[in-house]
Amino acid sequence: MSARQDILGRIRSSGPPLKAKPQVPDFTRLSTADFIPQFRKGLEEMAGVLVDQRPVDFGAFLRSRFPNAKNICSAVPECAGDSTPEKYSNWANAGDIDVAIVRSPMGIAETGSVLLSDTDLRVNTIGFLAHDLVVLLDPADIVENVHLAYRHPAFRNKAYSVLMTGPSGSGDIGGRVVHPAQGVMTLTVIFWPQI
Amino acid sequence: MYCGGLNYSQLFETELGLERLEDFERDRQRGTVVTETDLGERIQQLDNQPPAHIVGPAIQKSKEDVAALFARKYGSDPNNTDEVYLANQMRNHTRPLIEKAAVGMTGANFAIADTGAIVTVTNEGNADLSGNVPKVRICSFGIEKVLPSNKELALFIRLLSRSATGQPISQYTSHFRGPRQDGEMHVVIVDNGRSERLGMEQFWQSLKCIRCGACMNTCPVYRRSGGLSYGSTYMGPIGIIMMPTFDIHRYSELPFASTLNGSCSNVCPVKINIHEQIYAWRGVMDQKNQINLTKKAALKVAGNVLSHPALYQIATTVTDEALKILPHFAIYNDLNAWGKHREVPEAPKETFHQWYREHRLKGIQGDERSTGHSGTH
Repeated sequence: MSARQDILGRIRSSGPPLKAKPQVPDFTRLSTADFIPQFRKGLEEMAGVLVDQRPVDFGAFLRSRFPNAKNICSAVPECAGDSTPEKYSNWANAGDIDVAIVRSPMGIAETGSVLLSDTDLRVNTIGFLAHDLVVLLDPADIVENVHLAYRHPAFRNKAYSVLMTGPSGSGDIGGRVVHPAQGVMTLTVIFWPQI
Repeated sequence: MYCGGLNYSQLFETELGLERLEDFERDRQRGTVVTETDLGERIQQLDNQPPAHIVGPAIQKSKEDVAALFARKYGSDPNNTDEVYLANQMRNHTRPLIEKAAVGMTGANFAIADTGAIVTVTNEGNADLSGNVPKVRICSFGIEKVLPSNKELALFIRLLSRSATGQPISQYTSHFRGPRQDGEMHVVIVDNGRSERLGMEQFWQSLKCIRCGACMNTCPVYRRSGGLSYGSTYMGPIGIIMMPTFDIHRYSELPFASTLNGSCSNVCPVKINIHEQIYAWRGVMDQKNQINLTKKAALKVAGNVLSHPALYQIATTVTDEALKILPHFAIYNDLNAWGKHREVPEAPKETFHQWYREHRLKGIQGDERSTGHSGTH
């Protein structure tokens, strides 16, 4: 008998009595009108920044918000950028990106999170090794809570997907949460309807 | 050959005997250097200590301690205790190691049977880096981490962050269903006594633990003693009930590191009856002769004294008086385990009962005499 069969056999025979799996409710309570205020609250509590109007001049917006950025890597058609993710065939080199721009297919009102998958990032590391991250999100793609979010097909068919909520941070020194940690220093979400 | 590895989930790897403290020379001789990527775990690794808390591995260190450590290890300013400065020191020194690492190692907070996803929850993004930057990724976790589907995952994600840090969600909740492009992903699902524990009627519930650390944060013993004092991989109340399942003899003292106040069970989000299990483990230790004779004798005496109030009052009065006059060697010897590492508290001038008789009972009796009233107070 293999170790795997041995372990599975013990689990089947020795556990507590089986009982029916409980149904998990969706825990919905917000009206659609509350989604955006709740999304803002959730994101800002985690040190993220929300820009709720699409900038008229995106280039000028980026220059003013990230004045020292020399390498803007764009994974979206809304911005040409200085580079695209494909430049980083060696994924470990994405640390030389100052600002990465990606589009998220879904936001979560409850938590202020955005979903990013390997399809959105194209090179996964641009979402972490870049200094700053800008995420475009269609406000129509916001769902109420985590329960509804997990119905998104990305969680079933993508090799990699992440719910990102604010920039990376740590409270490991003296209990005070600070940014930076190992990932991006800032996270800016811009409400930008799909083209 | 230099082979950098990145580690996330040091606790689990410590359970498996894979912990890598700061022994660079040994590591270099073997040709492998393992770098912790979580800030708190890296602090502990640099200081050659295991994690002291499930969620905050370096929780016992002040920012001054960290500034002194980084000054020694990184040459940073020992007088700069600003948390942002210190976090930047870690980032600047670890990022280059991450970028050239050959292998990333992670644990898992959950694994989803339905989708095959490995789910990691971090605030720092270090699991995403360990899982995406190196081409080879090794992921190991215990069998109890498996959930049926994303429906249950949603519930546990909400429970975990709220109970661990009070946040609605952590910064990064990441789902890995396969290797990165052009990469390899190796998954090791570990039993290490868990399936056996599942068959223990009294103790299987510890397998429900989601490692949020809430039981530690509320425990008066943990809060006073810190995680390192347990001398075990998992510390605090949950450590007390988990560790004896790995090695009953080595961790036979742990169930006695509790006041059985039940605060841990009260805050546990997955409703593990922790304090009841701690009590039950004491019984097991007794049945399996894991309690030393001194402790057994002391507990027997304590049981007798505490169950007879008159005897208790005499014992406390006599002991307090004796402590005032006994010579040092009579108090500090092998029979007094408490005194091995601590000073015995100074004996009070009088016991509570003596004080009560002197100050309150007289007043109550006087009031009753003057009013002729015999009501209770």
